[in-house]
Amino acid sequence: MAGFNKVVNSYQEAMAGLEDGMTVLAGGFGLCGIPENLIKEIKKMGTKDLTVVSNNCGTTEHGLGLLLLDRQIKKMVASYVGENANFEAQMMAGELDVVLTPQGTLAEKMRAGGAGIPAFYTATGYGTPVAEGKETREFDGRQYIMEEAITGDFAIVKAWKADTFGNLVYRKTARNFNPLAATAGKITVVEVEEIVQPGELSPDEIHTPGIYVNRVILGQFEKTIEQRTTRQA
Amino acid sequence: MALTREQLAQRVAQELQDGYYVNLGIGIPTLVANYVPQGMEVMLQSENGLLGMGQFPTEQEIDADLINAGKQTVTMAVGASLFDSAESFAMIRGGHVDLTVLGAFEVDCQGNIASYMIPGKLIKGMGGAMDLVAGADNIIVTMTHASKAGASKLLGECTLPLTGKGCIKKVLTDLAFIEIKDGKFHLLERAPGVSVEEIIKLTAGELVVPANVPEMAL
Repeated sequence: MAGFNKVVNSYQEAMAGLEDGMTVLAGGFGLCGIPENLIKEIKKMGTKDLTVVSNNCGTTEHGLGLLLLDRQIKKMVASYVGENANFEAQMMAGELDVVLTPQGTLAEKMRAGGAGIPAFYTATGYGTPVAEGKETREFDGRQYIMEEAITGDFAIVKAWKADTFGNLVYRKTARNFNPLAATAGKITVVEVEEIVQPGELSPDEIHTPGIYVNRVILGQFEKTIEQRTTRQA
Repeated sequence: MALTREQLAQRVAQELQDGYYVNLGIGIPTLVANYVPQGMEVMLQSENGLLGMGQFPTEQEIDADLINAGKQTVTMAVGASLFDSAESFAMIRGGHVDLTVLGAFEVDCQGNIASYMIPGKLIKGMGGAMDLVAGADNIIVTMTHASKAGASKLLGECTLPLTGKGCIKKVLTDLAFIEIKDGKFHLLERAPGVSVEEIIKLTAGELVVPANVPEMAL
């Protein structure tokens, strides 16, 4: 009996069940805190017609950009895609369906999806192309648009540490969308830099409780830096 | 003379107040951090999940897990906090950020802003800009007053897809500091050496010009 042990030992096992046409939520901001090996596994699997929900779509050569190279993504829901040249080209050519979504709305859509809230109202995007076709409503004299929650068949997440029960801790700004994606996947797969025994993470410090997590795998990470900016020591 | 990028940042910095939480957009707004007046404490919010952004790291301090919203490596200031993206935008949408500074392609005299897309040409996405302009009360837009070809960016009505509707009240360009109210631009200050006539010529939207327009003190 595995009990609450969520640890799997291969990337194949980690992504088992992913099929063509599914929706995948991915954590990460730029290339920071992305589940890089889970993305590579999807590339290896060659799964097609995916809907991918992520703040960005990687760069041309890294992260989710790898799935664009092989045209595995049919629809992309993202707030900013400026770092990926293929993205703009495929979008302009009509090969890729894109739903540009404000960053805060995207985060809240995932949060709501994981929390069983089907929709919410926000002032963000009112009177802009984002509001087209959406219900609007006035509260206290201000106009808001209704945004629907997002859930995924899979959520792919990068955390710093996990215990075997799937309790997660993230590191610095690599947290970003990861905790939100983690709550909103039917199957949530997490890759981490370190796996510890239950009880070793302080309960007060856990960012994502294991209840949201289905699979945990230990990975090795490149952690590519997009903009290496320094000052003189 | 039109303001340089550094002078634009310097003028924006004069709008800072002690104890402000500030979100600075990518580009010119980022430079504002270099001109925080001596003795004043402000805390910078980076919408990817950091409140209390510090300076750039030394080569030794570089950490791939610590970046700002422009994907640049950064450090944390003393007293910084880290959080997820929903929490970050709760701060922004909940009106907790005291000042937001961001760029734009166009602004109009109804307070509309267009900054994220040029149809058929440039599709990058709005990132956090739509949330920032909808959530903040105190926003300064920094931009050039006109294109290189001399086309005004301060219009009667924006021509590009909007980032936000009726949410901009202050615009600092390389030529002028302008307030938007009652459906009109109001000229508050002019860049040193820039004439009122030049500003009028390059402002397409209705511009109210008071009898005396002071030069910016930089």
